[in-house]
Amino acid sequence: MWKLLQIELYKIFRKPRTYIAFGAIAAFILLIQLALLANGKDYLQFGLGFLDDSFEIPYDKINNGYWICFLVLNLLLIHVPILVALVAGDIVSGEANMGTLRLLVSKPISRTQLVLAKFFAAVTYVIALLAWMALFALVLSIVLFGTGDVVVAKSMEMHQIEKVDVLWRYFAAFGFAALALILVASLSLLLSVLSDNSIGPIVGTVCIIIVCTLISEMQIPLYDKYLRPYLFTTYMLGWKGFFYIAVDGDGQTIRGSVENMPAILKSIGVIVTYTLVFVTASVMVFRKKDILS
Amino acid sequence: MSAIIDVHHLSKQFKEINAVNDLSFTVNEGDVYGFLGQNGAGKSTTIRMLLTLVKPTRGSIRIFGKDLFTHRTQILRQVGAVIEKPDLYKYLSAYDNLALFAKMSGIDPTRSLLLNQLKVVGLEDRAYSKVKTFSQGMKQRLGIAVALVHDPKLIILDEPTNGLDPQGIADMRNLILKLSREMGKTILVSSHLLSEVELIASRMLIIHKGKKMVEGNVAELLDPSKSLVQIETAHNADARKKLEHSKWNGLLLPGTKNIQLKMNKEDVPDLIADLVGMEIKLLSVNPTHSLEDYFLSLTTQPGHVEAFAD
Repeated sequence: MWKLLQIELYKIFRKPRTYIAFGAIAAFILLIQLALLANGKDYLQFGLGFLDDSFEIPYDKINNGYWICFLVLNLLLIHVPILVALVAGDIVSGEANMGTLRLLVSKPISRTQLVLAKFFAAVTYVIALLAWMALFALVLSIVLFGTGDVVVAKSMEMHQIEKVDVLWRYFAAFGFAALALILVASLSLLLSVLSDNSIGPIVGTVCIIIVCTLISEMQIPLYDKYLRPYLFTTYMLGWKGFFYIAVDGDGQTIRGSVENMPAILKSIGVIVTYTLVFVTASVMVFRKKDILS
Repeated sequence: MSAIIDVHHLSKQFKEINAVNDLSFTVNEGDVYGFLGQNGAGKSTTIRMLLTLVKPTRGSIRIFGKDLFTHRTQILRQVGAVIEKPDLYKYLSAYDNLALFAKMSGIDPTRSLLLNQLKVVGLEDRAYSKVKTFSQGMKQRLGIAVALVHDPKLIILDEPTNGLDPQGIADMRNLILKLSREMGKTILVSSHLLSEVELIASRMLIIHKGKKMVEGNVAELLDPSKSLVQIETAHNADARKKLEHSKWNGLLLPGTKNIQLKMNKEDVPDLIADLVGMEIKLLSVNPTHSLEDYFLSLTTQPGHVEAFAD
C-alpha cells in the first residue's frame, strides 16, 4: 500500500496541473498582503469606520499578521475546494481518459488498494496545499506585518483575541480545514470513479459545492429546517468556531476558550462521516466497475 | 502440455448486447495463440475478461490452473499485457513509465534492468524523452517493454500491430516469435488479419459476434489440401441434426444458418452419397472455400459496409 501511495503521489506531483493550485494560492495571498501593506488602514476604516464615533480603533495594531491570516482564510477557504477538485476529480477518470486505467487495473493490485491509494494521495495533496497556504498566509504575514491581537466580527459582536491566545487557533483551524477539504476530495473521488472523463467530476464537484453552499447560506426557513442540517457544506466553515471566544459574566473574553466547542465537534463528526461514506461508495463502485476505457 | 489459459462457457452481456457468447478455448504452454475476429467480434472484451478489467456474466476462466477471480493477484503477477493502444503517462519519460509499471507489477527494478528492457525494444536512445514526443510505433514498443519488464510467463497482446508501419509490423512479428521460441513465453495475440496470425501463431481461434467459429492448429486449419465445403439443403436445421449424428460430425463447423464442413476434397463424393442416403434434400454442395474464404465470408455478413469491401 505504501509503495502504491508513493507511485500515486509521484504521478500527482509530476503533473503540471497540480501546481496551478499552489501558484493560484501564492498569487492570491501575495496580492492581499501587498494591498494591505499599501492600504491596510484604509481597508480597515472602510469596514470598521462606522464605530469611530464610539471607539478609538487602533487600525495599525489590528492590521497585523494574525489578522491578515484570518482575512485570507475567510476569503480563500470557500474557493479552495475548486482547487482540490482539480486534482482529486481527475485522479481516476483522468486515467480512464488517458487510457492508463486499463493497464493499472490489469496489474497485480487489488482494486480496493488502488482506490484507497488514490484517496490517500489526494489527502496528501490537500495537506500539502494547506501547508503551502499556511506558509504564505500565516508565516509570511507574520514576517511582513508582525503579530498582534485579532479582532473578529460575529453578527453584531466584536471578539478580541489576545496575541498569545491566537496561534493554537490557527493550527486548529488548519486542521479543521484539512478535514473539510478531504471531504471535498472524497466527493471528487466518487465522481471520478463514476466517470471516464476528467471534466465531469471536476465540474460536478464544484457545482455540488456551489449549490449546497448557496442552500446552506440562504437562510430560508424551509431549507433551514429540511435541507441545511443534512448538507455537508453547512459544516465545512466550522473552522471559524475556533475564533469565536467565550466571554465571562462581565463580558471579558476567556483566554484559551472556544464559544461553542460542541458545535465544532458536531461539524467534525458530520464531515468525517460524509468522507467515510464517499470513500466507501468509491471503493464499492470501483470494485464492480467494468473498465471499458 | 499443460493448459495456461482455460476458458469455459464464457459470456459477457452489456445490456442488450451479447459481446461474448458461450466461448470456450484453451491456450497451452508455449503456444502463440492467435485470437482472430473482425472488429467488434468480442476479442477485446474477452481479453479484458482475461485481465479482470471486465467481469464475465457467465462462465469461468482458469489461468495457470487457478481460478482467475479467486487468485487474481497471484495470477496477474505472471501476466504481461498490451491492451489495444499502449496508452502511457505522456508527461513522464519512457524510463519513468517503465519504472512505475514495473513497481506496480510487483518487482523492484534496477536501473540497468530498465535500460536493458528499453534496449530490447529499441528505445535506449529515448529513455529519458517524454512519451508525449513519441510516435505511435515507439509507444507500442514501450507498451511491449512495460508488458515484459516483470518477466511474465503469459503475454497477452491485443491488436499489437495496430497503427504500425510495415517495418513496425515486421519488428513486432519478430519480437513475438523471439519471445516464444527463445524465451519460452506463452503468447495470446489478437488480430483482425488472418495473414498476420498465420505468420506467427501455432494455434488459433476465430470468433464472430462473440461466438467461437473454429479453433485448432494453424497448420491444419490452413492446410491447402483441406477445403471448406458449404452445403445448402431444403431444411438446413434438420440436415445439421442428421449430420451431427453421423460420422461427419467431427468435421462440422459451428454455425446456425449455413452448414459447413472442413474436409478433404476427395471425400466430397462420399459425403454426397451419405447425404442422399440420409434423405436430405440437397440444393447445392460447394467445396471451393478455403479457411481464408470462410473468414472473409464472416466479415461480409449483413451489416458489413459494402463500400469498404474489396
